[in-house]
Amino acid sequence: MREITLSQAVNEAIAEEMRRDETVFLIGEDVAEAGTPFKVLSGLVEEFGTNRVIDTPIAEPGFMGIAVGAAMTGARPIVDLMFGDFLYLVMDQLCNQAAKTHYMSGGKLSVPLVLRTNLGATRRSAAQHSQSLQALVAHIPGLKVAMPSSAYEAKGLMKTAIRDDNPVVIFEDKLMYQDKAPVPEEEFLIPFGEANILREGNDVTLIGTSSMRQVCEKAAELLEADGISAEVMDPRTIVPLDEDTLLASARKTSRVIVVDEGHQSYGVTAEIAARINEKAFYHLDAPVIRMGAMDVPVPFSPALEALTVPTPEGVAANARKLMSGEMIHAA
Amino acid sequence: MSTAPKHNAEDYLRMYRQMVKIRTFEDNANQLYLDAKMPGLTHMYSGGEAVAVGICEALEVTDKITSTHRGHGHCVAKGAAFKEMFCELLGKEEGYCRGKGGSMHIADQSNGNLGANAIVGGSMGIATGSALRAKLQGADDVTVCFFGDGATAQGLLYEVMNMAALWKLPVIYACENNGYSEYTRTEEIAAGSITARAEAFGIEAHQVDGQDVLAVNNLATELVARARRGEGPFFVELMTYRYHGHHVGDINRTYYRSKDEEAEWKENRDPITLFGAWLATEGVATKDELAALRDAVQTDAKEAVDYALAAAYPDGSEVDDHVYAETEDA
Repeated sequence: MREITLSQAVNEAIAEEMRRDETVFLIGEDVAEAGTPFKVLSGLVEEFGTNRVIDTPIAEPGFMGIAVGAAMTGARPIVDLMFGDFLYLVMDQLCNQAAKTHYMSGGKLSVPLVLRTNLGATRRSAAQHSQSLQALVAHIPGLKVAMPSSAYEAKGLMKTAIRDDNPVVIFEDKLMYQDKAPVPEEEFLIPFGEANILREGNDVTLIGTSSMRQVCEKAAELLEADGISAEVMDPRTIVPLDEDTLLASARKTSRVIVVDEGHQSYGVTAEIAARINEKAFYHLDAPVIRMGAMDVPVPFSPALEALTVPTPEGVAANARKLMSGEMIHAA
Repeated sequence: MSTAPKHNAEDYLRMYRQMVKIRTFEDNANQLYLDAKMPGLTHMYSGGEAVAVGICEALEVTDKITSTHRGHGHCVAKGAAFKEMFCELLGKEEGYCRGKGGSMHIADQSNGNLGANAIVGGSMGIATGSALRAKLQGADDVTVCFFGDGATAQGLLYEVMNMAALWKLPVIYACENNGYSEYTRTEEIAAGSITARAEAFGIEAHQVDGQDVLAVNNLATELVARARRGEGPFFVELMTYRYHGHHVGDINRTYYRSKDEEAEWKENRDPITLFGAWLATEGVATKDELAALRDAVQTDAKEAVDYALAAAYPDGSEVDDHVYAETEDA
C-alpha cells in the first residue's frame, strides 16, 4: 500500500469531501494561499477557490461564531484553528453555542461543523503553542472529539467528522504532520467510537491517544525484550469512547496504563482509568495507571520540556512496576 | 409619526396586531411569574415592540434573525405562535424546544428564528455566519442580528462586523438601545458613539426612533432590499426603552433609574399608543376597532396560557435526547 504523510492525509480527506459535498467549506487564518503555517491545506484554494477556502482576519471567536451560524443554516464548515492553545479564545462559541444548539432547540437546529486543530509539546514552542487541550472539550456534552494517531486515522476520521451532523473537534499532533503511514488509495471512513487494537498482548494493556499511541507501541517493544506481553490500543475518538473494547482488554490483561498528552490532573487519562476501575475492578490485579503531561505550563527549554511528556521508557518502567506488584503498594 | 404611503391598511393593522401580541404575551408572562407558575425568570420586551415589529415586517419568512435573552418580541414578530411559546416558557413538551430551552433559548426555525441567546452578544457570530451561508449559496436571504446596547461592549461584535464588511454580507446589525445595560446606564458602559463603531468598519449606520414603528419599518424595508442586492452589511441603532427591569424579578430599580423617567416613556412614548392614535387619525381603524383587536389578542393569549398550564411536561426519558444529532449521511 502507498504511504503518505499525515499532512497529505488530512488534505486528501478534506479535498474528497469538498468534491463530494458543495456545502463543505474551510475557514480560518491563512488557510488559502498560505495553506496554513504547517502547509496542510496547500493546493485546496487552487481547486476550490476563495469562496470555499476562506482566509479570515486573526479573530478566532469571530470566525468560530460565523462557522456556527453557517452550520445552523445548512453549510458544513471546517474551522481551522491554527493552534490548539487558541481553543480558549473560541470557548463561548464552541461550548455555549455549537455544543448546545441541538439540545436547546429540542432537536430542531443542528451544527454540523468540524474544528480542526492540533496538540503536542516538544516543538520548543513554549506554553502557549504546545498544549494538548482535548480534555477541555471532551467535558462538554454535544461535542465529539477525535484524536488521529497516524495518517490513516487522520484521513478516515476527518471524512467521518465532515459528514457528522454534530460539532466535532479533531486534534492533529503537529509533530506528526510529516510522519508517513500506509493509507489506501480507495475511499474509506473510520467510524467514531471504535477503538483500534494495534498489538495484542496478555500481560498489560497500554491505551494511547494520538501520538501517545506510538509511545505505547515503542514501550511495548521495550517490554517484549523483557518478556512482557503488552496489548496496545488507540481509542481514536475519546467522545464517543469505545468503552467495551477498552474494558475487554482490561479484563484480559488485568493491568492498564492510560497515556495521553493532556495534563494528567482531571484529564482524559483520569476519565478512562475511572471507567475501567468502575466496570472492570474485579478483573484488575493493580490500580489503573494514568500518564499525562506534567501539571506545569509547557516550558520552553528543551532540557525542561522533554521532562513534561510521557515517553516509551517511562511507560515501560511503569508497566514493569505493575508486573512486579510494586504499583499496588505505591503511595 | 412618519408616513409610509406604500403600506396599505392591512399592513398597518398587522403591524399593530403584532405589537399588541408582544405586549400581551409579556403581560401574561409577567403574571405567570408573579403567580409563581413559571419556572425561573424571564426578561420582558415590553416597550420595544416597534423595534421587533418594524424590522420583522420588512422580512420574508425565509430571512433569518438571531435574538437575545430579551427575545419574546423578536420571536412573536417573526411569526411564532402563542401556544408553543407559552409551553416553552413553562417547560412543557409542546414548547418550541420541547421544554429544553425555555424563555432564553426559544428557536423557531420554521419562521427563520435561529434562536434567542443567553450569552450577551453570543449570537453575533451566528447571524454573520447565516449571512455568509446565504451569500455562498447564492440565496438573497437577509439575516438580522438583534442585540442590545449592553452587547456593544463585547469584542465579538467588532470581529464579525469587520468580516461582514470585508465580505459584503447581507446582515443587518440591529442594536436596541434601551438605555440600560442590565442595571447600569448605557452612558456608563459605552464610550463615544454607538453608530460610529460600525462606521469605523465602513458599515453604513443609522439611528432611528425605536418607538415609531413606521420609521423603523421604512428604514428596515429599504435596508433589507439593499442587503438583498449585495449592498450590506448595515447597522441600525434603535432608540427604545425597557418598561420592566432587567428581568421580572428586578422590581426595585430606583437606584439606577427614576419612576418619573419610566412614566414619561410609558405615557408619552409608548409605541402601541402612538401607532394606535395615528391609525385612528388617519382613518385606518376606529378606536373601537383597535380595542376589539386588543381584546381578541387577549383572548388568544388567555387560551394559550390555559393550554400551556394544563399541558404535559416532557417525559423523563427525553432528558438525554438531542445531545447529539443523528447523522444521516454516515
